[in-house]
Amino acid sequence: MLTIAGTTFTSRLFTGTGKFSHPDIMKDALVASQTRLVTLALKRLSKGDVPDPTLNVLRSLPVTLLPNTSGAATAEEAIYAARLARELLGTSWLKLEIHPDQRFLLPDPVETLKAAEALCDEGFNVLPYCHADPVLCKRLEEAGCAAVMPLGAPIGSNKGLQTRDFLQIIIEQAGVPVVVDAGIGAPSHACEAMEMGADAVLVNTAIAAATQPVAMATAFAKAVEAGREAWLAGAAPVNSRASATSPFTQFLAGLS
Amino acid sequence: MTVAEELSSTDWDDVRLALYSKSAADVMSALQRPVRHWQDFLALISPAAEGFLPDMAVKAQALTRQRFGHTVSLFVPLYLSNLCANECTYCGFTMSNKIKRTKLTMAEISEEVYAIKKMGFDSVLLVTGEHETKAGMDYFLQAVELVKAHFSHVTMEVQPLSTDDYRALAAAGTDSVLVYQETYHRAHYAEYHLRGKKQDFDWRLATPDRLGEAGMNKIGLGALLGLSEWRTDSAFTALHLSLLQQRYWKSRYSVAFPRIKPCAGDQATQKSQVSDKQLVQLICAYRLCFPEVELSLSTRESPAFRDNVVPLAINQLSAASQTQPGGYSAPTTALEQFSTEDTRSASAVANSLTARGLDPVWTDWLNAFGR
Repeated sequence: MLTIAGTTFTSRLFTGTGKFSHPDIMKDALVASQTRLVTLALKRLSKGDVPDPTLNVLRSLPVTLLPNTSGAATAEEAIYAARLARELLGTSWLKLEIHPDQRFLLPDPVETLKAAEALCDEGFNVLPYCHADPVLCKRLEEAGCAAVMPLGAPIGSNKGLQTRDFLQIIIEQAGVPVVVDAGIGAPSHACEAMEMGADAVLVNTAIAAATQPVAMATAFAKAVEAGREAWLAGAAPVNSRASATSPFTQFLAGLS
Repeated sequence: MTVAEELSSTDWDDVRLALYSKSAADVMSALQRPVRHWQDFLALISPAAEGFLPDMAVKAQALTRQRFGHTVSLFVPLYLSNLCANECTYCGFTMSNKIKRTKLTMAEISEEVYAIKKMGFDSVLLVTGEHETKAGMDYFLQAVELVKAHFSHVTMEVQPLSTDDYRALAAAGTDSVLVYQETYHRAHYAEYHLRGKKQDFDWRLATPDRLGEAGMNKIGLGALLGLSEWRTDSAFTALHLSLLQQRYWKSRYSVAFPRIKPCAGDQATQKSQVSDKQLVQLICAYRLCFPEVELSLSTRESPAFRDNVVPLAINQLSAASQTQPGGYSAPTTALEQFSTEDTRSASAVANSLTARGLDPVWTDWLNAFGR
């Protein structure tokens, strides 16, 4: 089973909470996904007298909350949001995301590393959203991050694993769990990431913006499980030609 | 070269000609492209695209759901002052209009804040007429400080200010500034703006540059549709937007599509009319070419129009708006800037979003972001 920062998760499908049409639909989709780690934007949390409807739903589910710093453009803002998250939600789990770029919401590697170093020192379980940059991922690991979350493609783009070759290197080198985040637009993408050996995937837009979010959540749960089983089973090598059991190998085997 | 200088060197008639010579083939290729550029925008707002509106709407809606999900943010305008030192022939606040002039005191603003918070809003747009000496930076800083304590997101729509002023407002809690050029047609602009600092077309045109320089988190653009030929004005707005996005890449952008509304003492002769269908075409064209830009629709439009168009491409919506200072806490005799069409309550607008499968979002920001 997957363990991050001492916590064991029965599902390798992590999900988001944004973009749903109603908290009830979000709830049904999260239940269908069997997810156990759910991220939510701190900036969306209503801090007034009325309890936040999304938070109410999440509290009723068997999930660990992973507040995120979405909206932060600098390390300073992310650190502020992280501390606020700990105070409001009573958790040290944190998805660190810092994107100064407003069109593609790409993570700032410099600010992310800076914030990760500070927040790990403060005792947060930091899961940084970052580029599929193998060196950056090692640096984040050295900073004390509980996992790394490299992107498959720009957030919300549903384009799949455009960073495939670099994800492969990250997975090969990592000493902490690798969660492929962003860009996963279809169950087949999630399955592919798991087949490559990713420890988990995080999916939001593909489920929330689907015509039927609940059905899509179920499909993702199956895909992640299938991909994981395939990884554990060890894939047979890929050949460009057909390789039927050849008479020649049988002949060789028969030799004394 | 600043963005404003680049815009100034773009000729109105050239753009108009390019736009009106777009063909159905141009529209089809614009629709098929994975990433669309300014020339595609021209094709999509051209008369040639009118027959493609159903296709445009389907694609625009898909892009909106992908970027913003099934959500729409709600905000409310708070008019602080209707003092104005400009003479603009299309606006109810224009200097020569003999209306009761008010500038809310801090105590009066607190009453408005109280009334607005009761409706559920957490995002507010502060609006004033343009009166540098009576409603200037000192007043704005005081007002922003007061208001920011109660709202996570504060937008301002006031006279164009300097870069340093914008830095000070951002530090005080302003997250977003809207400055509409009204029209990008220099000669028409001069016809509408007869007195006051607003006559300075170039100072206004360079305002988004100054906002970008100041690191303002969100910058709002728009043309007042009808002052000049609306398609060409929209083409300039879109060009402005795309140049700003490249230059000031850390800022977010929003676009609004105000159509001229009747106001007291209206002396303006509209130079073009935008039909409902054309407005839908324009909104869809923006979404197709700028998937990440926030598109805003105000209570100038009718409930029926808003209910049907919001699901296609809009992601922020005002509701229950009063366009006169003091309008939320106490009815005043001070005149409103323009008449609103959608007079439903905030909760009625929110319910109507829910009924259409959209989640009304009241809070989407942290106070400390963007300071």
